Amino acid sequence: MPDRTIVCRCEDLSLEEIRELIDQGFKSIDEIKRISRCGMGPCQGRGCRQIVAQEIAAATGKKLDEIEMPKFRPPVKPVKLGILLGGEKEDE
Amino acid sequence: MSKKADVVVIGGGVHGCSIAYHLAKKGYKKIVLLEKSYLASSGTGRSAAGIRHQFGTEINIRLSATSVKMMENLAQELDYPRGIDLMQGGYMMLAYTESQLEQFKTNAALQNSLMNAGTRILTVDEILKIVPTLNTEGVVGASFNEKDGHVDPFHVTQAYADAAARLGVEIMTRTEAVDIRVAGGRVTGVVINSGEVIETPVVVNAAGPYGALIGKMVGLDIPLYPERHQILVTEPLEMFLPCMVISFTHGTYFKQTPHGSLLLGVGDPEHEVKDFNEESTWQFLEDVARKITYHMPVLKKVRVVRQWAGLYDMTPDSQAILGKTGVEGFYLDVGWSGHGLQLGPVVGKIMAQVISGEEPDIDISVMNLERFKTGALIPEPACV
Repeated sequence: MPDRTIVCRCEDLSLEEIRELIDQGFKSIDEIKRISRCGMGPCQGRGCRQIVAQEIAAATGKKLDEIEMPKFRPPVKPVKLGILLGGEKEDE
Repeated sequence: MSKKADVVVIGGGVHGCSIAYHLAKKGYKKIVLLEKSYLASSGTGRSAAGIRHQFGTEINIRLSATSVKMMENLAQELDYPRGIDLMQGGYMMLAYTESQLEQFKTNAALQNSLMNAGTRILTVDEILKIVPTLNTEGVVGASFNEKDGHVDPFHVTQAYADAAARLGVEIMTRTEAVDIRVAGGRVTGVVINSGEVIETPVVVNAAGPYGALIGKMVGLDIPLYPERHQILVTEPLEMFLPCMVISFTHGTYFKQTPHGSLLLGVGDPEHEVKDFNEESTWQFLEDVARKITYHMPVLKKVRVVRQWAGLYDMTPDSQAILGKTGVEGFYLDVGWSGHGLQLGPVVGKIMAQVISGEEPDIDISVMNLERFKTGALIPEPACV
């Protein structure tokens, strides 16, 4: 089995793929997200965001806290439309 | 410090990148594209990513039908290995009144006579054959074109940007135009945020919702304002919805993307803010939940993953402003008011023709800036 470290589980992206995108010039989390869907899945980047930030920092020589984070948007976790209507329970 | 360019394009959305590519293809040697953030970071990348034939004015019908054809071959033409995620499953525009259906029939006849678009009027039974889970209560018919659909806005933009760069275009992201120099009634240069001046005889304003600010730099008053629109995306599902469904009556639209997720939107121009605010609101989430589950009750079970917001670049008639201006060398490609992404390919080509002094493939003169003074507005009946 090939050595493949998964960074974004929702969209199945590996560390190698992320590094290749950074090499190609996508040097922010938002740009990597838009070109690869990294962080667009149900977890909304909770798993991958920090790893991608570290990789960008390593590649650009920036400090981790200088890496711009994508905007946090609602909902905080996936929620059914029926629940937003107020008439449905999570297990229905 | 200063450098020289033949053309400076302001704005790294799909229009700016397409203009730069088409100019480079014509042989312009020194083209600089300025983008204050990253490519497709504003209107382009935040859009619902639709392409459609179904407009109601001659200009939009000619432009959109030509652009859909260009999209069909775009990845090959631009040699873009990632692909642009084109999916043509149709747009279904629901009519809730006889007069709305009459308007759709008129539009369809114009689309078919001008561009052989293949737009059909559907009965309720035909609607249900395509979308069995749709609530057709109150629906009297629909307009449908099966060649309408979806493209990935980031990839379309990146495809143009990469092809442009290969032809020598210098793409400067994170670079903002802060002033434009004018002498003797003509453009002479662009000042960027580093303080550097790019000397150029031609500037193209493709800055979307920021287009009015760019216009002010040359003393032009462009009647263009930002208007926030919101949208949300769900978890991915097995494909079950082949087409985009639109109701002008409710201001709603929804579709399934090739990835499987659903995009759900409600336009609410009356209540939305008209500034550069791109925050999302809870009212929108509740509004979508109510209106979209009315159209399609099975969606109650579907989870929302994210909502976001973006800016339309609105004009008084919701139609674009294109072409030359009173300032020599200053060109406009702004004001698309929410239907600009799909027209990036064709308009980029036409703008390159206009700038190089050629007769454009499609006459865009009705989209001139002066129409807001003369009153010759464009009466497009098919915009969300």
